[in-house]
Amino acid sequence: MTGQSAVNHSQALRRVLVANRGEIAVRVITTCRRLGIETVLTASDADAYSLPARLADQVIRIGPASATASYLNVDAVVGAAVAAGADAIHPGYGFLSENARLARACAAAGIVFIGPDARTLEAAGDKLAARAHATAAGLPVLPGGDIELAGGDIEHSDPRVIALAERIGYPVLVKAAGGGGGRGLRVVREPAELGHAVSVASAEAAAAFGDPRVYLERYVERGRHVEVQLLGDGQRVIHLGDRDCSVQRRYQKLIEEAPAPDLGSDLRERLRAAAVALGVHLGYRGAGTVEFLLDTARGEFCFLEVNARIQVEHPVTEAITGMDIVAEQLSIAEGRPLRLRQEDVTFAGHAIECRIIAEDPDRDFRPSPGTITRAVFPAATMYPGYGLVRGAADAAAGIGGSVRVDTHVQARSAVPAYYDSLLAKVIAHGGDRDGALAVLSGALDRCALDGVTTNVAMQRAIVADPEFRAGGVTTDYLARYLAGREDGGAGRG
Amino acid sequence: MELTNEDVADILALLDSLPYDELDLRTDRFRLTLRRTPTDGWTQERQDLVDPVPLGSGTPVTPDHDISVMSEPGQSGEPGQSGEAGLVAVVAPLPGTFYRSPRPGAAPFVEVGDAVTADTVVAIVETMKLMNSVPAGTPGRVARIDAENGQFTPLGSTLILIEPDP
Repeated sequence: MTGQSAVNHSQALRRVLVANRGEIAVRVITTCRRLGIETVLTASDADAYSLPARLADQVIRIGPASATASYLNVDAVVGAAVAAGADAIHPGYGFLSENARLARACAAAGIVFIGPDARTLEAAGDKLAARAHATAAGLPVLPGGDIELAGGDIEHSDPRVIALAERIGYPVLVKAAGGGGGRGLRVVREPAELGHAVSVASAEAAAAFGDPRVYLERYVERGRHVEVQLLGDGQRVIHLGDRDCSVQRRYQKLIEEAPAPDLGSDLRERLRAAAVALGVHLGYRGAGTVEFLLDTARGEFCFLEVNARIQVEHPVTEAITGMDIVAEQLSIAEGRPLRLRQEDVTFAGHAIECRIIAEDPDRDFRPSPGTITRAVFPAATMYPGYGLVRGAADAAAGIGGSVRVDTHVQARSAVPAYYDSLLAKVIAHGGDRDGALAVLSGALDRCALDGVTTNVAMQRAIVADPEFRAGGVTTDYLARYLAGREDGGAGRG
Repeated sequence: MELTNEDVADILALLDSLPYDELDLRTDRFRLTLRRTPTDGWTQERQDLVDPVPLGSGTPVTPDHDISVMSEPGQSGEPGQSGEAGLVAVVAPLPGTFYRSPRPGAAPFVEVGDAVTADTVVAIVETMKLMNSVPAGTPGRVARIDAENGQFTPLGSTLILIEPDP
């Protein structure tokens, strides 16, 4: 920790509106409580008796179950913050977390938005703008380009679109300019599919983000998804190391780890430096992540996107650094300079996170909303903000390594059909990757969730799979693994 | 003050040094069960019971409805049955939000009177951010649309009624 040299207009936060739900709401409330900051949670009608609602100091209802009428309603969220007398809004991830309109509305109401400023959100949230910024900051980007809109509609038969795709080379990926989360994405393998893919992606993007703009980028079949965690205070930017999130299904991450395995120190340093360069270029303030697509065979990487918020997988970084990223977000939001220099950030061991979701892998990942009747998790021996000491002490005491569980479900919890299917994250930390895998395997064995169908068994099987255990799988791994499981029957599962 | 993560970790560290295999703590505010497993790790079952405190009231609220009710299967009957003679119900395959058209502003998949095959997509039910296409299931004509666009439909509830081909 460094001493503070500059005296800013820092203002201690006393009361924070947590404008989210699920496990991230629990996560934010936990750190606020530890720091003595009061929390007021926004809850939709479907979440009135959720675990975060029970844990928050107070709860304010912001609307019916449908997210567009509640968690995505900027006016309702700002209105709730004003009514609650909150100093700040923590938006979590998803929903309004990267919404520049919310950031501006907060500024207008004299409320601190815990995240980057509206200008940065616009630069990062618009994928086309982010590509341009990455290029300006000297980062390599995938070959690609935008598609002209004619009268608000995509002119997909436009010969220029076909020419652009030819120039990029097939397969190409049609991506939405306005958002992420796997929506508005289409892989196109031959020219005949292009027109249809562009219209479908554009329609999906319009429905999901209110922005029909799409662009084309080269589709890399076998890359690794590696990202770098950043913290910035508007003046200085540091990184908290890298993560590998290559185990994905339809662009949804299922297993993440830190550090990214087998990168080689040269490539790792170049990735981290590139992410910091982009953060500096943006004058980044807050916590954020720069995502890259990595071609390990060639030792090359390309910029993918910036996520201007806390991410689902942040606990693996906390596990190897002993830091509490939410606490750093709050400190930065209070107007303080970064509390750490780059050389103060140290890394210990390896951490892996499995997402436990209410989906049935045996029925094409069919969602399984319902009511939890029983929720058994491995007893946690590691928490954000307690550093590495407790985990190490527990490992020494033979409790079985360091395990953390971030969840919003307990017996009798409702798992509403209105929201995403994430139930819990099981995070294991070990002295090295093999150690983390051993801890993770034992931790998953101790998970038992009744009342809804989950992917716990599939996660156990992946963690036992030799290819995953070897480390460094590419983004096509999970699809291949699942296909092999169907063909090979029980032998592999 | 409720049980913190640190409290649980302290209890666990203490318990691990003792010869006991299970701890069951129950108060008005929480339940905590810690169990030693054969593989030497511990499991944890925790239930926070404090009712949410509405802003400004200072007192917990008492649940005014069954929180699980939204995800209960509907009572509307199985596919192939319906309250009306000769009509076949297309039911929600999952609990979720019913949409009549592929995206906002687009034309509905079907209108009353339209001919459908078993594979004709007649609606979308959005569950956990996934769009699930709903096929008619029966060749015939659309006789009635029972659910309202944008409405939450429980599992198995009737969305549309089909008059099957003779």
